[in-house]
Amino acid sequence: MPAKATRAAFGEALIDLGARDERIVTLDADLSKSTMTVGFARKFPERAFNLGIAESNMVGVGAGLALTGRIPFVCSFACFVVGRFETIRISVAYTNANVKIVGTHAGIAIGEDGYSQMGLEDIACLRALPNVTIVQPADELETKQVVAWAVEHQGPVYLRLTRQNLEPVSPADYRFQLGRWVTLRPGTDVTVIASGGTVFNALEAARRLEAEGVSAEVVNAASIKPLDEDALVRSATRTRHVVTVEDHAVAGGLGGAVAESLAELLPTPLKRLGVIGFGESGDARGLYAKHGLDPAGIAASITKFLTR
Amino acid sequence: MTVDGTLEAIARACRVQIIRMLTHAGSGHPGGSLSVIDLLVAIVFGRLRHDPRRPDWPDRDRLVLSKGHAVPALYTVMARAGYFPEEQLITLRKLGSPLQGHPDRVALPGIEAATGSLGQGLSIACGLALGLKLAGSPARVYCILGDGEVQEGQVWEAAMSAPKLGQPGHPLDNLTVIVDYNKIQLDDFTATILDLEPLVAKWQAFGWPVLEIDGHDLAQIDKALGQAEATRGRPTLIVAHTVKGKGVSFMENNPEWHGKSPKPGEAVSAIREILGVTEAAWPDHLATDPITRALVDELRVLGKP
Repeated sequence: MPAKATRAAFGEALIDLGARDERIVTLDADLSKSTMTVGFARKFPERAFNLGIAESNMVGVGAGLALTGRIPFVCSFACFVVGRFETIRISVAYTNANVKIVGTHAGIAIGEDGYSQMGLEDIACLRALPNVTIVQPADELETKQVVAWAVEHQGPVYLRLTRQNLEPVSPADYRFQLGRWVTLRPGTDVTVIASGGTVFNALEAARRLEAEGVSAEVVNAASIKPLDEDALVRSATRTRHVVTVEDHAVAGGLGGAVAESLAELLPTPLKRLGVIGFGESGDARGLYAKHGLDPAGIAASITKFLTR
Repeated sequence: MTVDGTLEAIARACRVQIIRMLTHAGSGHPGGSLSVIDLLVAIVFGRLRHDPRRPDWPDRDRLVLSKGHAVPALYTVMARAGYFPEEQLITLRKLGSPLQGHPDRVALPGIEAATGSLGQGLSIACGLALGLKLAGSPARVYCILGDGEVQEGQVWEAAMSAPKLGQPGHPLDNLTVIVDYNKIQLDDFTATILDLEPLVAKWQAFGWPVLEIDGHDLAQIDKALGQAEATRGRPTLIVAHTVKGKGVSFMENNPEWHGKSPKPGEAVSAIREILGVTEAAWPDHLATDPITRALVDELRVLGKP
């Protein structure tokens, strides 16, 4: 499989699933060409609704549709849709409405558009809401499975997707399961937990570390809420060191969730890698290097952490 | 049910229960509950196709009380309709009760939307109306907004969207929206805080047919609901002019009674006024009305330390 943006894989999956399941509808806020629901809208125009640049209303309309048995995918950039937190909190989470919230353009990897377009605090916000499940797939194969799973799952889901292409990382026989992480590379010295756009870089970092004699276990944590606490404890028990890697604010995201669980279940030295402060404009490669999320940066942080 | 004294009797009984339950709760919102109750009675007992034994019936009409703080009024109507026993009303706001301080869809079957965080109900109502149209259901959706609530931006997002949403195949002409225009919000009069005027012209400019009525005249309410139901191609807005605290002289038009519960003595006076009995005639009335007598005794006990 060639590299593909998870938003593109999402758009393709929706068309396939939409042909089989009449319940699926899409809602957009004038970004359907970017969230990639535009293909679904062309194929099923009577089931695609563009609400205009009015995300709060879009979320609420989605909740109402869900309450009549539809399965609405409510889509925008991660920052814009999660920015309507209070509407998500009451109309979706508290209502336990079967709404699939899709946030694309996650992270600093969107690059040139700069901070205002970057979803960087979305996981932190939604992680606080009961009933809401959070999933971030890492490649095309996983995305298509996650979208199919979301259709069948009863309850609110937040799907976090990337603008940029992602290299395939999942094994060919991979099956997504909520609350189950996948070990992509076994190791003994440190557990590296990555999600979404940083998984491939974490694998690359592990290859570099191997040359330095460090055996890094790399885990793909697509299921962010709930975490796979069994896998976390199992791996951390062996390696005694945990590093999280995410394209999200370092506070409150995957790293925050792992820190909370480890502190309660198995206090273990932990290093959280992510975005500190606001993002900014620039090329994605340069931004990843600046924030230490490229393979070299991740490897260097792990070495420093293990030799502190 | 036709519009006659029966609906008025129901509205009066509901007003009494509103006072009763708020007094038991020791907190809550009497003003907006008393302004909206006639609208709720007219909808639920005059128009709504529903079945309290089947709150998940797919083709039921939906009622979204977007001004969720007035939920005591909705609870009284639901109890009377048979969704739960009337005795449960006094568990309002108590630990473990499905009668939450603001509507909770999960806790209480029959509640269509969690509201109370103002501004969200109209969007949900639009989604319900669109979903019902897509399903080919004959059901209607009723949404009641508070006037202060109309200050929320999300209301205007929904207002701009609703006349166009679903067009051309599935227009939301199955949606009736009512503004309970009681002219008062928590802090003060709406005209002082953030004036809504010209309210009718604003909604018309957004593409809505607008009807203006006296929101305490049950015949007028029913007529407007019928006109809205007969309108094709677009949702309808009804601006219902109401009086905050309607039926209780010391609560009427007084911002102080937006969000405080009556004390037991005040509650008894309120119930007497709602029943239309003078102070002089009250002892005789109680002697001949054992149900009210019991209610008064129940409330007086609440006043004892």
